[in-house]
Amino acid sequence: MEYVSPEGLRLDGRRPMEMRQIRAEIGAVSKADGSAIFEMGNTKVIAAVYGPREVQNRSQQISSHALVRCEYSMANFSAGDRMRKPKGDRRSTEISLVIRQTMEACILTHLLPRSQIDIYVQVLQADGGTRSACINAATLALADAGIPMRDLVTSCSAGYLNSTPLLDLNYGEDSAGGPDVTLGILPKLDKVTLLQMDSKLPIDLLENVMQLAIEGCKAIANYIREILLENTNQLEYRRGV
Amino acid sequence: MEQRLANSWRMPINDIKFIETALLSDLRVDGRRPFDHRKLTIKLAKEDGSAEVHLGHTHVMAFVTAQLLRPYRDRPNEGSLSIFTEFSPMADPSFEPARPADAAVELGRVIDRGLRESRAIDTESLCVLSGKLVWSIRVDIHILDNAGNLVDAANIAALASLLTFRRPECSLSGDDGQEVVVHPPEHRDPIPLIIHHLPIAVTFGFFSNENLLVIDPTHQEERVMTGRMTATVNSNGDVCAIQKAGGEGVSQSVIMHCLKLAHTKATDITTKIRDAVEIHNNERALRKIKRHSSSVAVDVCGAVIGLGEQNQLDGSHLENLKLKEEENFMECEATPSGQVQSKDQVSKDFVGGPSSWDPYSECVNSDLLKASLASRGPSVPSKQKDSRRETKPKEPPQEIKTDSSPIDNALTAGQNNEGKTLKDAVKPKHKRKKKVSSNSEN
Repeated sequence: MEYVSPEGLRLDGRRPMEMRQIRAEIGAVSKADGSAIFEMGNTKVIAAVYGPREVQNRSQQISSHALVRCEYSMANFSAGDRMRKPKGDRRSTEISLVIRQTMEACILTHLLPRSQIDIYVQVLQADGGTRSACINAATLALADAGIPMRDLVTSCSAGYLNSTPLLDLNYGEDSAGGPDVTLGILPKLDKVTLLQMDSKLPIDLLENVMQLAIEGCKAIANYIREILLENTNQLEYRRGV
Repeated sequence: MEQRLANSWRMPINDIKFIETALLSDLRVDGRRPFDHRKLTIKLAKEDGSAEVHLGHTHVMAFVTAQLLRPYRDRPNEGSLSIFTEFSPMADPSFEPARPADAAVELGRVIDRGLRESRAIDTESLCVLSGKLVWSIRVDIHILDNAGNLVDAANIAALASLLTFRRPECSLSGDDGQEVVVHPPEHRDPIPLIIHHLPIAVTFGFFSNENLLVIDPTHQEERVMTGRMTATVNSNGDVCAIQKAGGEGVSQSVIMHCLKLAHTKATDITTKIRDAVEIHNNERALRKIKRHSSSVAVDVCGAVIGLGEQNQLDGSHLENLKLKEEENFMECEATPSGQVQSKDQVSKDFVGGPSSWDPYSECVNSDLLKASLASRGPSVPSKQKDSRRETKPKEPPQEIKTDSSPIDNALTAGQNNEGKTLKDAVKPKHKRKKKVSSNSEN
């Protein structure tokens, strides 16, 4: 099957280096301390952050750091067929672990000892790149909750089909069986925190694909910064500053 | 994550500082250099599809089984491969017996991704009936001792067990070719899986200091390190999977450096695995020869004991044997007649010898060859009678002796019809002998 046409257009009409349309909204869940909705094309994800609050399970309390917990689940209606087990299956457990460790690396946990930060991420619409959308949404939610962080964490996926590196794969391109690289970076520090890759790819081609994903992450980081600034302006306005 | 406090082992700050300081001078606590692997030992059990790996003190065991199942709806032509992990609390008190911990799920998925997505195992060859029956391969990995770096050890164990696994051969039969007959290993040799390449996992540990990087972290180093990355690379230089699930941020150049290191390590480990598998395959071939001798001895004993049952069949069998022997006189390949002929020689001269015997192979006994050639002189039926008479007094010692020289003869294949022809050959002979002897006694 042809994923990149001879004119250089992908299945949804994008260019190989083009990302899907991003849209973000802060403050979707009013009860949570911080929340955000993040959309990447048709993938829509909602994240809610509760914390810092008292550790619910005393035995897990860490005296020097905050405890970060994360739960990833996909809504039953998020994918094409109704999902039988949205959470607790192995993929969800792994992605929860991945998101938790990624955010834990950038949260300044030593400033909040003996406390707990909960991140809940729910996928409302899944069209490829859910992991990346979840991390972006979690970053926004954490910023909205006012939790101190080293840097934003932004994430983007990239692949390699028909001998072309492609940025931001959708579900059709993802399930094509080609390599799929999900990358998460700290943009200002220029450090890679998350890197997951599957399927076979020679090392030199992988370098190109990774570089493309890093560019995508930096573009998302710019957008997130704009959104956060916009949000802060709104808060100032509402407080009458 | 939901571990009980009592079960998690806290590392003292002194140890943490010591490990970090030693690493600054490129020294590791167990005396290795930063990019050295621990000693790797791969033990392959006698049965197919089982491997035991020791990576330093880390001890992991893998076992492969196969089952015929319905395929997935979206992949009707492909078999399936699934990895299951058992994190026994025996290995580490922090492993809980009931629910698999996050680390267990992650390990299973990393190995699964490395094998499945990179198409290391050819799943299309596992299809028997498209859309109805396919072979489902299941790899069970048991962690027996956690001394750090479980992913690498488990990956090697899974690969070694998959390389030595043999699945039963099956064929289609029935009116419309829809019935599947699974042949047990005694009838047809089981066949190995088709494995295109070996994805080897190499785990790196990152520390809070930028320049520190270790390969194959031990349990203590895992506690100290702030980030980890597992790169699954094959010896061709393809990256099959990368898992860096958060943790310390590293620059892209460090990651590329790690991938290149992983490539060199992967080639080393691939050669080690292939060597171990080759030794196992050689032993397996040797064992096949020995297996025949022991099974022949059992049949002989059985035939002596249970004699009266097959009297009606013996006459017709004997006729068939006579005809076959007349047709294929000097044929020494692995045909039933050849086997029957050779069995005569074998039973005449030896005890519990191999059923199919190729006198033109290397390790043949020259005396035996002379004896067989000499005995082929006279006509076939009388020779048969003579041999039978002669074998009768030798029956009791036959049961006792099993390890005589014919075991050393190299065999050609032929175990397919071994059981059938041996029984046919031995039982009628016994019967005839007894009749003759009773006549002679009378």
